[in-house]
Amino acid sequence: MTDVVKSPAAVSEQGGMGYLVSLPRRVVTIYLPLAIFLFVLLFPFYWMGVTTFKPNEELYNYSQHNPLWIESPTIANIRKLLFETDYPQWLVNTMTVAICSTFLSIFASVLAAYAITRLRFRGAPTVGLMIFLAYLVPPSILFIPLATMVYSLGIYDSNWALILTYPTFLIPFCTWLLMGYFKSIPYELEECALIDGATRLQILWRITLPLAIPGLISAGIFAFTLSWNEFIYALAFISSTEQKTVPVGVLTQLVEGDVYHWGSLMAGALLGSLPVAIFYSFFVEHYVSSLTGAVKE
Amino acid sequence: MAGLLNNRAVLSVLFMFPAASILLLFLSYPLALGIWMGFTDARIGRPGIYVGLEQYLSLFDDDVFWLSVFNTLVYTTVATIAKFGLGMWLALLLNHALPFKAMVRAIVLLPYIVPTVLSAIVFWWIYDPQFSIVSWSLVRLGLIDHYIDFLGTPWNARWSVIVANVWRGIPFVAICLLAGLQTIPPSLYEAAALDGANAWQRFRHVTVPMLMPILAVVLTFSVLFTFTDFQLIYAITRGGPLNATHLMATLAFQRAIPGGDLGQGAAISTAMIPFLIAATVFSYYGLQRRKWQQGGADD
Repeated sequence: MTDVVKSPAAVSEQGGMGYLVSLPRRVVTIYLPLAIFLFVLLFPFYWMGVTTFKPNEELYNYSQHNPLWIESPTIANIRKLLFETDYPQWLVNTMTVAICSTFLSIFASVLAAYAITRLRFRGAPTVGLMIFLAYLVPPSILFIPLATMVYSLGIYDSNWALILTYPTFLIPFCTWLLMGYFKSIPYELEECALIDGATRLQILWRITLPLAIPGLISAGIFAFTLSWNEFIYALAFISSTEQKTVPVGVLTQLVEGDVYHWGSLMAGALLGSLPVAIFYSFFVEHYVSSLTGAVKE
Repeated sequence: MAGLLNNRAVLSVLFMFPAASILLLFLSYPLALGIWMGFTDARIGRPGIYVGLEQYLSLFDDDVFWLSVFNTLVYTTVATIAKFGLGMWLALLLNHALPFKAMVRAIVLLPYIVPTVLSAIVFWWIYDPQFSIVSWSLVRLGLIDHYIDFLGTPWNARWSVIVANVWRGIPFVAICLLAGLQTIPPSLYEAAALDGANAWQRFRHVTVPMLMPILAVVLTFSVLFTFTDFQLIYAITRGGPLNATHLMATLAFQRAIPGGDLGQGAAISTAMIPFLIAATVFSYYGLQRRKWQQGGADD
């Protein structure tokens, strides 16, 4: 029972009456199911990693080699991916598109969220609701008309096609998130600045934005991850190999006919997931708060 | 000039301009254009002329279209129920006092942040008919005697993609519900326990009502994104075998982009809109109820 004796603060923080449950019961009702959940949620990543570093003779021979382990690790799959395919170029494309569309969206969202929450122009609540509704319009019903638009604008098969279309789902999300942050900043601060003769732009730049930095980081991280993961637009608007993004490139270029090179496919999946995973690990708290904040608002 | 920049009306227009122009140009206009294209016979490289309801009439007689509607409904219903059942369970587990709680929570979210297509490729490999690690493990444990053909038969394939979707969706549901659980005051549980409520009654009569507003919103998002799912199916089965896993979104893509029949693809996409509106209305009332519970404050 020693492990469940906590300070009163810790007990109340953990939601109440956990201290009433005995240790063996905790193991069966909490730790065991949790361990199974974690195993199932993590196993595909383990399998991705193991397959990446396996030589082919182990990969396709389960009777002589235990598939769950690597006997002689190799980096041949990663080398093949980096030097015999356009993978580095896909990484550059994905990074360019993700960074540009994130900055564009944050810029537009900050201004829109400030106008809606602070300038309170006529119809501002309606505009806020429209922006929320825009977030509910899924890319799956927009990609066909967007493909024809992208084509007639002459940006088909270029990074611009993605940089300009990704904000359609990033701006609604970021604006909605930032509106929540701006609302939490006391209005009195801005009134003081107004009385002291600051202009609206100065207020936004010197008072509201510095206070909303956690919100900006959350929105930025979320937007970056969403753009990195985007698939359907990148699949529909890009046709040439060297313009593709990582998710599309891995799926369409590494599968040759009926022969699946599972080693390099998994290497592609691993290297494509690592940047977001590392990025995510630095900002977990921001990420969680933006995810849950957007839902709670 | 300075006075103009301090005029609220002028400033509002200026501030709204970037977001509004992008959303109107790349969201509202294509939405309308898509509905219009559903009434034309547009093909790739040809704008198309108005043909009335022809596309919808041909879809009405199209068995593959109805199969995709059926698949989409099965996929959405089963996956959503599983995601919410398991996600709620995981959230309740995570809400206990745990060692390394922050780390566990960070790990739980991993499937959600990794690009869906890339994790879908891993599932494709896990479902491989010859080298499936799941089949291998089950054979080694003596539970089955031959390898499972995960993606070879219609119902196997449907269940396989649903499992992959649930795997990816649990973290989102669990973390959102966990955030909701943490806002429930422990005193409510203590009061209920003193009144003699058992664990199930506390869950049913304290947790669920307190979570309802956030549950409604998360449910709407989840239904919406599962219903319009594209990438997972495209990566794992491309709609096969025998169109058994085609969702409306993948069918629209297949008819429009590789097939070149933009009009019909747009008609299929447009046919998804009524379902989306139903889900959105549901979300709106969920949000309203939350405001009402907080004392009717409008913001």
